[in-house]
Amino acid sequence: MEQPELIPHLFRTEFRKITSVLCKAFGIENIQIAEDIASETFLAALETWTYQSIPPNPSAWLYSVARNKALNYLQRNQLFAQKIALQVKQSDPGKEELDIDLSDQNITDSQLQMLFAICHPAIPAEAQIALALRILCGFGIEEIANAFLCTKETINKRLFRAKEKLRTENVNIVFPGEAEISNRLKTVLTTLYLLFNEGYYSESQDTVLREDLCLEATRLTYLLIENEKTNLPDVNALLALMCFHSSRFEARKDRNGEPVLYDDQDETLWNYELIAKGAYFLHQASHGNKFSKYHLEATIAYWDTRKADTKEKWENILQLYNLLLQIAYSPIAALNRTYALSKANGKPEAIAAAEKLQLTDNHYYYTLLGELYTGIDNEKAIDHYLQAVSIAKTNADRQMIQQKIARLTQEG
Amino acid sequence: MLIFRHQDGTKIASPEQIQIWMKQTMDWIGGIAAQNKFVEGNGLPFDDAKVVWHNNVVTNGPFGEIKETLGGYIIVKADSVDEAVEFAKGCPVLQGEGNSVEVRRHTRH
Repeated sequence: MEQPELIPHLFRTEFRKITSVLCKAFGIENIQIAEDIASETFLAALETWTYQSIPPNPSAWLYSVARNKALNYLQRNQLFAQKIALQVKQSDPGKEELDIDLSDQNITDSQLQMLFAICHPAIPAEAQIALALRILCGFGIEEIANAFLCTKETINKRLFRAKEKLRTENVNIVFPGEAEISNRLKTVLTTLYLLFNEGYYSESQDTVLREDLCLEATRLTYLLIENEKTNLPDVNALLALMCFHSSRFEARKDRNGEPVLYDDQDETLWNYELIAKGAYFLHQASHGNKFSKYHLEATIAYWDTRKADTKEKWENILQLYNLLLQIAYSPIAALNRTYALSKANGKPEAIAAAEKLQLTDNHYYYTLLGELYTGIDNEKAIDHYLQAVSIAKTNADRQMIQQKIARLTQEG
Repeated sequence: MLIFRHQDGTKIASPEQIQIWMKQTMDWIGGIAAQNKFVEGNGLPFDDAKVVWHNNVVTNGPFGEIKETLGGYIIVKADSVDEAVEFAKGCPVLQGEGNSVEVRRHTRH
């Protein structure tokens, strides 16, 4: 790997490790110091490696520089060091002085504990995602801003407020206790789920960035699977869901980056290795007698990986949506349920159900009605599609609906 | 709260018929949930049902003079009694003659 690519790559993989370990050592209120030292470490690498050769083990080099910088910082700031040392003694009386432990085990533990700290119920979901992207995924501010389609300034403000909140709420970087774990895990899973969706459904044009978001969400979920205490059915179900969805990355976009609808996708582009992995984790998720919305969504996603339009498939999907809506309503689930209803029970019943939904500010609602009326009353179908065009938010959506109208007009 | 009163299905219908009713019930509830109006629900199986009477007399089953008895309920969010009645009209239980769905207000909601 050439140097220009090496540093960004290392930044993505190592920045988050160093930051988590330092933050764990210094306490959450000093998250900014941890981030600064990690950034300085990379700056040092950039300066040194440009003029000298790249060290044989770049990660080890970074760790040792980060460790020295952290210890130097403590020396220069005795007051800070005393405070930290006191905290260390309180939490671990056997430990005499502070050390910066960058072993694999401590890196993994620190990242997992940071995940729980960041996904604290006191922090707003949006801020949790931004913090997770920065601290746990090593994303630059600009990348986060691109993903959220907002300015760097907005993200900086959001991160600042989130860090303040972590400080004032006195959130500890520890693994939650046995009794707390399932409750705290709920927030963690929600954040990872939102992070994945941000990548999967984002309107950002940057395909690589969007896939990165999905990959990072998957990686963090896998971090939970690797730990015995958090390797729980809901986590496996969420990971299964991510695998099934990710399997269609290649097929979702055509050569020009335009979205390809499910029905038009080339199945040979689906990633069958990921589908198999999803099936494995879904199987792992089936232990125990409870099911979560992730179980239901993962099972629906499993059926989506089977393209054949069978009665069995749609009946199963319909029943899964029936259950999903009972425990976690969302407009998109209501619309998808109605589509499944049309496939399982026929269009007339689905039209009656759709008209009760009254999601009149949602262009997918009118697109669905257009779809349902097609072949039954094409004029009405066109009316609904036109309504959908008038409230659709992106050009891609408008074009897709216009094509449907064109198809109907040609037939008529 | 929508309370279903009906006969014990297992006594009068084949397993296939019961499966059809189950699907119809799930679709009916799913339709209410799709409108974000569903709160909770439960079935009350007839097996092992007991009635405890005055003086602690215990009898099998809640069944007195009438064949139709409590078989389940769902709780819905409705803006009016009329809306709840409209939901109730779709209940598959009503396919059976003599069956009914009672609509009651829930004090806590």
